[in-house]
Amino acid sequence: MKIHARTIHPGSARGSALVSRAAISFFGGVDPDSGVVVEAGHPLHGKSIAGRVLVFPTGKGSTVGSYTLYRLKKNGKAPAAILNAQCETITAVGCIIADIPCLDGVALDEFVDGLFVVVDGDQGLIETGAPFCEG
Amino acid sequence: MQLTQQQTAMLEGDFGPATRKAMQILSALGKIYGAEHMLPVTSVQIAGVSYDNLGEAGLGFLDEMASGGGQARVLATLNPAGMDVEDWPALEIDPEFAAQQQRVIEAFTRMGVVASCTCTPYLAGNVPHFGEHIAWAESSAVCYANAVLGARTNREGGPSALATALTGFTPAYGLHLPENRRPTCTVRLETALNDPAEFGALGQAAGLWLQNRPEGRVPYITGLEHATLEQLKALCASIATYGGAALFHIPGVTPEASQYSPPALALTLTRAEIDAALAAMDDTTAADEIDFVSLGCPHLSLAEMARLAALLDGKQVKKTFWITTSRLTKLAAERMGYAQTITASGAIIAADTCCVVAPIRGRFQALATDSAKACYYAASKNRFKTRVLPFERVVEEALK
Repeated sequence: MKIHARTIHPGSARGSALVSRAAISFFGGVDPDSGVVVEAGHPLHGKSIAGRVLVFPTGKGSTVGSYTLYRLKKNGKAPAAILNAQCETITAVGCIIADIPCLDGVALDEFVDGLFVVVDGDQGLIETGAPFCEG
Repeated sequence: MQLTQQQTAMLEGDFGPATRKAMQILSALGKIYGAEHMLPVTSVQIAGVSYDNLGEAGLGFLDEMASGGGQARVLATLNPAGMDVEDWPALEIDPEFAAQQQRVIEAFTRMGVVASCTCTPYLAGNVPHFGEHIAWAESSAVCYANAVLGARTNREGGPSALATALTGFTPAYGLHLPENRRPTCTVRLETALNDPAEFGALGQAAGLWLQNRPEGRVPYITGLEHATLEQLKALCASIATYGGAALFHIPGVTPEASQYSPPALALTLTRAEIDAALAAMDDTTAADEIDFVSLGCPHLSLAEMARLAALLDGKQVKKTFWITTSRLTKLAAERMGYAQTITASGAIIAADTCCVVAPIRGRFQALATDSAKACYYAASKNRFKTRVLPFERVVEEALK
């Protein structure tokens, strides 16, 4: 399926979707060294966002979270791409400084964990295919 | 969004990689918030200076921007650092931390950002005038600039404020537009307030009511005929911390209030609500555990330094007592002899920093302060028990 979305930061990526119905706070909510979500009670708690196409409604929390995305990238633990329903300042700035493709205006219901997703940030295009086998 | 030729050139990298990244940040924000164009600004205040908050990642980003040729195009000043930049050993700061903090400061100064290291830029040479478009981070200063000075700024984060410093532009949305500056509700104050701690209580009570209001967060505050700079400074810090407010209007006090009349939607605050707000911030169970006392959130003004010197004259403090202020205010206080009186008492004048951004988690158990904002961050960031008391009683606490 092809989905058109608004580009917040360009670039292309592909990977397996990781979907959260809850907002994400990168500062304090994600371990910058491992990429694992550490916020207690968060639906993604214990899961790693590294290399995934991370799909979530919107960001929350401290503006320092932008720097957490940058640190994840430097550690090789950043998501391959970020897809939001409604992007906000913290995530947008983080994706720009870390050079992570980011699009928004997507419907979360069109994604499930493990779905193979190709993101073309330059064209504002998302393609979803068969569930991705991580083997 | 419409970009000028110069802005497009910045985005395409003609001004170097740092300016390109800066313009990418600003155009993304403009897109998210529906701005139609960019506005030139005259002043910037950048937050995210303490290494305690930035960490290696933040420092890495700042280094990258400085190495990428980033240069401030307008007056840009800095928020407090994690230590007194000149006399950090007096604050028992770890030398490793101090070295990293110095690298942060150097990255900023290489970009031509003035290392003022204060949350009160309006007391340290960065004073925008009425109607000017600016881009400030530091929520208390944002509120002061919008409400008290009548300048126009959104609540910027560290990177977006830096981006504006390096380009001279900010996207035209939010509080830059006149229609978003009108009051959305009324806060009716029906009691007299005195100490800055009571203005902090007003900010806490109004702020908690405002924070999730769908109508917006621009209160029109009635019942105050006069307020000092120090009282407004305390109100700004508190209402921004507890309510996310970036602007308020007070008839007879702030410059835009006369354009408006009070909205019908109203909150009434009597002495009972102010006392309840004070009580909510004053953890009396900490009464016997106070081991840290601090004044200067936001940074103390020169008038407050004089007030403090009079209270400490000839006395000796018994607890760790940090007086946080800007370097400029400290210099003026030295010339007036206030600083000598304060330090003779054993209190420490910590310039460039404050108890919110210094790396002091785990060093103390319980804080006494007059600041509603310091109280919030002492609890959430540093896990201190906190007592909020009037200025004189905070000093008494240090002497006990």
